[in-house]
Amino acid sequence: MDKVGVFVCTGCEIKDAVKIDELEEAANEQNAAAFVTHECLCEPGGIAQIQKSIDDDGIDGVVIAACSHRMKQKEFTFDPTKVVVERVCLREQVAWSKKPDDEDTQMLAVDLLQMGLARIGKVKLSEPIKEEISDTVLVVGGGLTGLTAAKAAVDLGHPAVIIEKEDQLGGYLNDCKDVIPEHPPYDTVAANPIGQLIKDVQANEQIKVFTGARIIATKGQPGQFDVELQNGGAAQSVKVGAIVQATGARPYDASKLTHLGYGMSPNVITSHDLEKMITAGELICPGNGQIPNRIVFIQCAGSRDENHLKYCSSECCGTTLKQVASINRDFSDIECAVIYKDMRTPGQLEHFYQGVQESTHGMLTRGEVDKVEAHNNGAHVHLKDSLLGEDVTIETDLVVLAVGMVPNSADGHAIRELNDAKLRIIKNESETQVADATKLVESLKHHEGTEILNLDYRQGPDLPILKYDFPDSHYICFPYETRRTGIYAAGALHAPMDTPQAIEDAYGAVMKAVQCIESNARGEAVHPRAGDQSIADFFLQRCTQCKRCTEECPFGTLNEDAKGTPEYNTLRCRRCGICLGACPERIISFPEYTVDAVASMIKAFEVPEEEDEKPRIMAFLCENDALPALDEAAAKRIQWNPWIRIVPVRCLGAVNTVWIADSLSRGIDGIVLVGCKRGDDYQCHYIQGSELANTRMGNVQETLERLTLESERVKIVELARDEFHRVPQVLDEFAETIDECGPNPYKGF
Amino acid sequence: MNTMTKQPILVVGAGITGVSAALEAAETGCDVILVEREPAIGGRVLRNHNYFPKLCPPACGMEINTRRLERNSRVRVLTNTRVTEANAGADGWSVKLASAPAYVNDRCTGCGECAKVCPAKVPDPHNLGMNETTAIRSPHVDAWPTTYTLDRSACPADCKACVEACKYEAIDLNASAKDETVSASSVVVATGWHPYPLEKLTELGGGELKNVIANVNMERMVAPTGPTEGKILKPSNGEPPKKVAFVQCAGSRDVNHLPYCSAVCCLASLKQAIYVREQLPEAEVTIYYIDRRAPGRNEDVLTRVAEMDGVKLVKGKVGKIEQGQGDGLKLRLEDVEAGQIVETEADMVVLATGMVSNLVNGDLPMNLTKDEDNFGLDSLEQKVIVAGVARRPEDVAACVRDATGAAAKSVIAARRA
Repeated sequence: MDKVGVFVCTGCEIKDAVKIDELEEAANEQNAAAFVTHECLCEPGGIAQIQKSIDDDGIDGVVIAACSHRMKQKEFTFDPTKVVVERVCLREQVAWSKKPDDEDTQMLAVDLLQMGLARIGKVKLSEPIKEEISDTVLVVGGGLTGLTAAKAAVDLGHPAVIIEKEDQLGGYLNDCKDVIPEHPPYDTVAANPIGQLIKDVQANEQIKVFTGARIIATKGQPGQFDVELQNGGAAQSVKVGAIVQATGARPYDASKLTHLGYGMSPNVITSHDLEKMITAGELICPGNGQIPNRIVFIQCAGSRDENHLKYCSSECCGTTLKQVASINRDFSDIECAVIYKDMRTPGQLEHFYQGVQESTHGMLTRGEVDKVEAHNNGAHVHLKDSLLGEDVTIETDLVVLAVGMVPNSADGHAIRELNDAKLRIIKNESETQVADATKLVESLKHHEGTEILNLDYRQGPDLPILKYDFPDSHYICFPYETRRTGIYAAGALHAPMDTPQAIEDAYGAVMKAVQCIESNARGEAVHPRAGDQSIADFFLQRCTQCKRCTEECPFGTLNEDAKGTPEYNTLRCRRCGICLGACPERIISFPEYTVDAVASMIKAFEVPEEEDEKPRIMAFLCENDALPALDEAAAKRIQWNPWIRIVPVRCLGAVNTVWIADSLSRGIDGIVLVGCKRGDDYQCHYIQGSELANTRMGNVQETLERLTLESERVKIVELARDEFHRVPQVLDEFAETIDECGPNPYKGF
Repeated sequence: MNTMTKQPILVVGAGITGVSAALEAAETGCDVILVEREPAIGGRVLRNHNYFPKLCPPACGMEINTRRLERNSRVRVLTNTRVTEANAGADGWSVKLASAPAYVNDRCTGCGECAKVCPAKVPDPHNLGMNETTAIRSPHVDAWPTTYTLDRSACPADCKACVEACKYEAIDLNASAKDETVSASSVVVATGWHPYPLEKLTELGGGELKNVIANVNMERMVAPTGPTEGKILKPSNGEPPKKVAFVQCAGSRDVNHLPYCSAVCCLASLKQAIYVREQLPEAEVTIYYIDRRAPGRNEDVLTRVAEMDGVKLVKGKVGKIEQGQGDGLKLRLEDVEAGQIVETEADMVVLATGMVSNLVNGDLPMNLTKDEDNFGLDSLEQKVIVAGVARRPEDVAACVRDATGAAAKSVIAARRA
């Protein structure tokens, strides 16, 4: 920014800890246009002074040297189209956590101010983008979830398009007679809503339906997706703003359940086979065409089983109870027995369990099924570990396997790996490469032809999956967080769920789709930096086509042209800065977050000479978890080493390794990165940031060793948001390590 | 674009459900008023140490949510505020809000000088009364808004210590309550839950035996900011327990208490079994259950705990808990596997108490349809959407999904003629 004013708060113990006149000298040296102190800058009088400087003196860069940037954010917000605000943390990082009126404390305060001034000199205002945005929501899948989503989109004021691969709408519920109750009364089955829903959708002029259709290609970005589809031989295309993927689930392949008798006897069937018979009104044993006297249901058939599906499919207990109730109502003479590991009917479904138990001939018992054998016209079900306390055998006419659900997802990442490997074989560059690629193709070939969305994305044609084939990421706090902006999973594709949950999930996902469209129209990013109007700038003249940015963006923002030059899709971008961290040529920047701005912070302060015995340490702290935790430590007045200079970063993945090189070449003695947890249960808000940072730091440490510098000089630490007591420990321990390493030999060069 | 509503959406309750619903509506472009009766947002979730199944801290997601709230000028957050009257009109709702006196106002910087001099002690509501705190204080370490709060009823007569200590004129002991009437195009009820009272579980020693605690107390105990600074200790003597029993369905699935399943208690106990074993590797843990309910990917937690050394899962309903020898406890249960009534011992018992809807006592003066268990039901026609545990017992992930859907429904309801 051109005209920078420094506004120092002297309250909250700051003036007792720091000599304010030395801050003024530092500000003057940097040619600050104004230097104002106030004993309580956040109170209306203080804010008025800042506003006055903006209005009267044309200050466009406001450096607020006061509390942490997490405090008083609303108070310290000025017209974002005219003013950039930089927060220098004198309260938490200096006054509350350092010895007052001490040489090291004073040096820290001055350095922090100089760093803030350096940064604000390098950043600029965001220029919001205005793009032509389609307000249509595309719903992929015309089952209960998809139909509910399409209807909700219209009710929210957005037209919808449904693409269904079958010739008719309705999906799984077309085969069902009754459903699990969504509302009271909970003690019995509810009417199937699908018929009415299909009618409503078909009658709605705002909803366009394509049945017997599939997607050939999804090009573009949220707000501007061009979707090409084929139904019957004709290709068509639609323009949509966001996508709800509701492709549902399929029953687990029962042919893998031979230990439960499937395939051994025609009278061992799946819950889906049974459902169709109930709906048809004709319940017979397929083996002999007789009406069964007794049916045994085996729960968790394929679910909660390390050899099959490790997860619980969530809906099978409810579905079996529903079937027992339907059979009791429609075919009164059939006895039903249910063998379960645990009866899972959470919440009000407990009433359903009780109601079905009381009103039917059902015998529900806990037990582990050892095996199922064909016997005469029926089957023997052998139980061990039963409530009856011993091994028992139940004779039955029909066995129903309550098979679990498998999401109809496509593993975008795996498909992309498969396609890349195939390309390597065609290229035929070396024998080993071809051999490796051939092996990879073999291991991934089951992904062949599984594409659903057919996204024209560098990182693969479908949503990445997290675990157990469910496309997911932050499934607790942000269940609709997606790794492909503008595309939201819903229903049984999203997580194992029953029909009432699928209806709710459809509303949630469609809200996110509509929200994405509305945010695009306002030129704003979506979660977690919702409202951010900045976009990245790629200085492509200097791009070397290394493809790191296109590979590493967690959200698939970047495509590549034929040469491998990145193509930035602004509306896919989430502003995390991971591309900026990845780029070895340092050509990617955001208006308020640039490689140069942070590099300038590193260069802004004086590094003491070796004989001063004052080591200097750069600490890059993730603003999401580590920095808030440090604020809390300071609020509890926990002290930490004053040699450390903290730079907040958007994510550890948004740390460019050049900042480490810059630090070392300036004679800074150590660099520590503190951020969120990585791994399977990652807490990184940008999913892969911590993981990527860790890989990059491994490379940095190797480089250090080549330069005969101790690898301990660079460290990466993970911690959780609540570990406020650990952050100062981590910093102090690192400072000790650096002290032991001795001064950086590059000091003074 | 045209999803905006004419009037703001009112969200009642700023726990994880209310905060999520408010943000999703606001980020879509609607104006929102978010009302919370406590001095800070976050409700029950911020009283948890970790979430299952990942065992990660709730403050992590809540940090993102508070940043979202601060950046978004469309949400107006009113803490220390209750709904006192709500009238349905042709175009939505007219709602009367009563805000408690702002004894500490927005000028508060959170410097903490007032708490240093406060002579009055009160049970700490954030720690469920398990320890004492000062009458004037930050509600808790993660509190947002960061403004301090004062329990005026605890002030000694004529005490002005905090007023004198405050350099920023942020404290006004004579502040008065404020009423305000707002128009809302629809209302999201996210009033949440409270734990089933321990005292009602007399057969399990609830409220009588010191070493019988509730699962919610265990969460506070293991939190670094909790009453024991994260240590699991027996309330009777402050020693770490050697034998911990978790009693499932303590009140839930029981016609004498709560007839429904509270949906989260199995997973809460599995998670807490991990806390105990990680902190006290010598301690034995037994979980007594009727059914182990860990739906979906939450099964991973059950698998993990079932494979842990020192943890036993026993199918059986505990019917009675009595004082045993010393400060030990005697548990009587029906061991379903063994098919008999057995007695067993523990030196600390965690009752997996269930969730009671906060709509139970009629605190929210709205004409709301409820089911027999006092969980609320949606009505698009009446422009009232119920979300989270006010609607049914469910875990945090389900609450947030539900909240997002509720945001959609609230806009749809608002747009209805």
